This record gives sequence, structure tokens and C-alpha cells, in this order.
Amino acid sequence: MLFKFLKSSHVKSGEITPENIYLGRRKFIQDTARIGASVAAVATLGLTPSPAQAEVRALDNVIRDGAFDTDEKQTSYRAVTEYNNFYEFGTDKSDPARNAHSLRPRPWTVKIDGHVDNPGDYDIDDLIKPHMLQERVYRMRCVEAWSMVIPWVGIPLAQIIKKLGPTSQAKYVRFETLVDQKQMPGQSRRVIKWPYAEGLRMDEAMNPLTLMAVGLYGKELPNQNGAPMRLVVPWKYGFKGIKSIVRISFVDRMPSNSWKRLAPHEYGFYANVNPEVDHPRWTQANERRIGEFRRRKTLMFNGYSEEVAHMYSGMNLKKYF
Amino acid sequence: MRLSPLKITAHILALLPAIWLFWQGWLLYDFQDNALTANPIKYIHHYTGDWAIRFLLLGLAISPLRKVTGWNRLISFRRMVGLYAFFYVMLHLLNFIVLDYYFDWTTIIKEIIKRPAITFGMTAIILLLPLAVTSTKGWIRRLGKKWVKLHKLIYPITILAVVHNFMMVKADILQPAIHMAILAVLLSYRLYHWFLLRKKASPANPKTRRSKAVGSDVTTAAEKR
Repeated sequence: MLFKFLKSSHVKSGEITPENIYLGRRKFIQDTARIGASVAAVATLGLTPSPAQAEVRALDNVIRDGAFDTDEKQTSYRAVTEYNNFYEFGTDKSDPARNAHSLRPRPWTVKIDGHVDNPGDYDIDDLIKPHMLQERVYRMRCVEAWSMVIPWVGIPLAQIIKKLGPTSQAKYVRFETLVDQKQMPGQSRRVIKWPYAEGLRMDEAMNPLTLMAVGLYGKELPNQNGAPMRLVVPWKYGFKGIKSIVRISFVDRMPSNSWKRLAPHEYGFYANVNPEVDHPRWTQANERRIGEFRRRKTLMFNGYSEEVAHMYSGMNLKKYF
Repeated sequence: MRLSPLKITAHILALLPAIWLFWQGWLLYDFQDNALTANPIKYIHHYTGDWAIRFLLLGLAISPLRKVTGWNRLISFRRMVGLYAFFYVMLHLLNFIVLDYYFDWTTIIKEIIKRPAITFGMTAIILLLPLAVTSTKGWIRRLGKKWVKLHKLIYPITILAVVHNFMMVKADILQPAIHMAILAVLLSYRLYHWFLLRKKASPANPKTRRSKAVGSDVTTAAEKR
């Protein structure tokens, strides 16, 4: 057996500590500190109050071979962690940094199901541990025409998938985000249908660029960036990078993904970065790199043509956007 | 032109959002790289657009508010509110042309033509221009009755602006929905009084032909200036 399964007799850390008391106290301390800091900032300087950056652990033993890395200037840690689209914590870009403290990324269980040899409920650390962590400095292009350069830390998704052993019937991989209004207050409003869902074709999932990220800037993922585990698919628009994953399913048919379900003429399943296929409401020909003033030209497949273009040869990318 | 303390207060209130924005812009330029979020241009875009719509709606709310409260002095604030709407609209437009697209006219024109939401917004701006120009006493006198007719354009302008707002939103339609609801209330108020006026002015009741209903307060406002 490759993985240790979570048995019903398995004692979770939450059962040892009186969790609600512990968390309640923690939350009180955090909230007090946060309110205090905000009030002080507003009162004394009038600066935009910045959400208190929660402590995240540094990650050890990260391979940095630079194989797929871009050497472009990296977007500041602050921008990467305070400007997020993560509707589970609110629809404003600054909401996730403000609200994501309620997420508890450990203990965390990921359900693996579908056409796979080793289905089951896995503890996240059992999924991660067998692998070496790698750093990947990728461009990230949001469908809203802004972009960043982010040093992710994670595991190539292909490595995880190989251990799980999908059968020949598995043609697509479907991912699902946690649904829990207590941890994700934005879910009290049905802005989109929860859970957030995304999918990849099997060859896309196995592409060496595709990363299951668990950290950024050498540290664990902050909650607002999709802790404890999120997808990074650098040649696709950012919304494909589903966050806080609790379920990975191996399926035989193309799964639906959240944004396509919401507006099928605006967002597709593939969502490959393509400067020639405009979003109906704005151009995709250019983008604003966060931290830069002038717009820059958007690159085909976000500059990763060499690694991914072969997967789409002969495909009408205007139709399959 | 004498400025009452009330008017001065109103001016300060109306300028506060702009003052805050310029202050944050200065902070951004000066040292604080996260003022106005990590994407300041997009932030300014939403911020100025939101304030423009708020002032447009406030402008439409003034005559109903006057009717409801009976506070006639309110009407003397309408031109000011309208001009502040124009002011925030101009900031919105300047941000689009200068900061966002940096005078890339080919792209700007392409976007205006290709994207219905931007077409609507730009139409609203073009229609707003003559209203701002003719807001002076001289123009009110020179145009007379035509002035009143011309300034009815504020209805399509506000509708276009709110629709533009609605179309630009990705998923969370709460805020444009609120704008639209307020607009609907303000427009139905006028429709209601217009029907009332027509009923009274019907041949069966000739005496009330010149009755003072809402439709006529536009004229009184113009005369007062």
C-alpha cells in the first residue's frame, strides 16, 4: 500500500485538543490584534489598513533546478498574498486576505475517487510526503487581463497521479474545493454554485508544467492563496488554478467547471491563455503585470507554447476556448 | 455668487472621495506600493465609476426628495450634484485613456466599438457633455424651454451608466443590482406622477391643466437659476 489510509479509529489532532476552545481563543487574539492594528494604521497614518499577515511556516528541502522558471521580476509577496480572486472569502480582491483566517488547512482530508486504483480519503500530508517539493517560478495570467510572476512550491501533479494509479478509463481529472460556510464565509452567498470545481484533460494533468502547489516564496501557502493545496496550470487563465482542494476525481467525461457553468459564452473548459481569442467583454491581447504601469502583450499559452502547444495541435482554439 | 455654509459643506462632502483618491495616489507614488491595492489602475477605474453613478442617482433623487420632505432648498443643489457626477465621470474617462491604455487610441477605439458595455458607457459620457456645458445661467437663459428638454437626457444617461456598470461585473451583481433598484424607484416615481398629471390634465378635468406636479419642477428649477 502506497498510502496510509485514514481509518475511523485514526485519532485526528482535533480530537486530542479541545479544538473549539483552542480556535475560539486563537480567533479572539487574532481579531483583537487585527482590529487594533487597523485602527492604529487608520488613525495615525491614514494608510490603507493591511490585513495582518498570518504566520506561515517556511518549507525545507525544496528543489530549485530552475528547469521551467522564468527569470522575470517576481511579483511582491505582498501583492501575491493580498490581491486574490477567491470568492469563497468574498468577491473583492482584498477580501480573501482579510477573511481567510477562518480556514483551517490542517487536518485536511482529500477524497480520491473515480477510475483509479487507489481511491480513498487521504490525509493531505500522506499525499505530499512521498514527493520532493520543487520551486517553480511561473507567470500567472488572470482572465481579467492582469498578471503576476510567482515562485510556487509544489509537486508536479503527474507524480501524485502516478501514485494514485488512474485506470485507462480515466480521461479527465476533476477537482473540487472545500464547502464549509464556517471556514469560508463567502459561501453564505451563492455568487457561484459551490463547490468550486475545475477540470483538466488527462494529458494536461500529466504535463510536467502542471503543479500541485503547497507553498509560495519558500513558505507554506497562505490561506488566501488556496491552502493547503491548490492547482497551478501556468498556460491557462488563473481561474483554472482551483484552490483548497478536497476532492480529486478521475472521470471518463469532460467535467464542468465553475466559471464555464456560470457564463459558458465567456469562459470555456480549456481556458488556455490566447491573445487572439478575446473575452467578449474585454481584450485578451494584452495584460497589466502587477507592479507595472504600461500594459504588455499577452503571449500565446502565456509563453509556454514549447511545453504545451503540441497537446492542442489541430484543435480549433477559437471554438475550444 | 454667495456660498452658504450649507453649500460649502456639500462641496467638501462631494470632493472627499476625490481628495481621498488623490491622497492615496500620492502615497502610492511616494512610498507605499500597496495603496489602492496591488492593481491601482483597476481600483481607480471602479472607484471613479462607482462615485459617478452615485452622483447621477443622487441627482435624480433630488426632486423626489424635495417633494417628499417639502424642503424646497434642495433643488438648488441639483446642478452641483450633476456637475460632480460629470467630474467623477471625467476622472473615470481619464483613467481609462491615460492610465489604463496610455493613449493607445487604436485599442481604445476598438474596445469602444467592440464591447457593448464600453459602448454604452461612452455613449453616456458623450450625452453628458452638452449637459455639463449648458449648466451655466447664461445657457439656461439662452435655451429657455429647450434647456429643460435637453436636460431630460439625464434619464437615458443614468440608465446607460447603470447598465454599463451591470455589464462589467463578472459574477457578483449585488452592487449594480442595488444601483439598478434605486434607479427603478426613482424612475417609477416619475412615471407615477406623469400618469397622475395626465389624468388630471385630461379634458374631463380642464381646470387642473396647469397643476403643479413633478413634471413641472424641472422648469421651476431652471427658472430659479
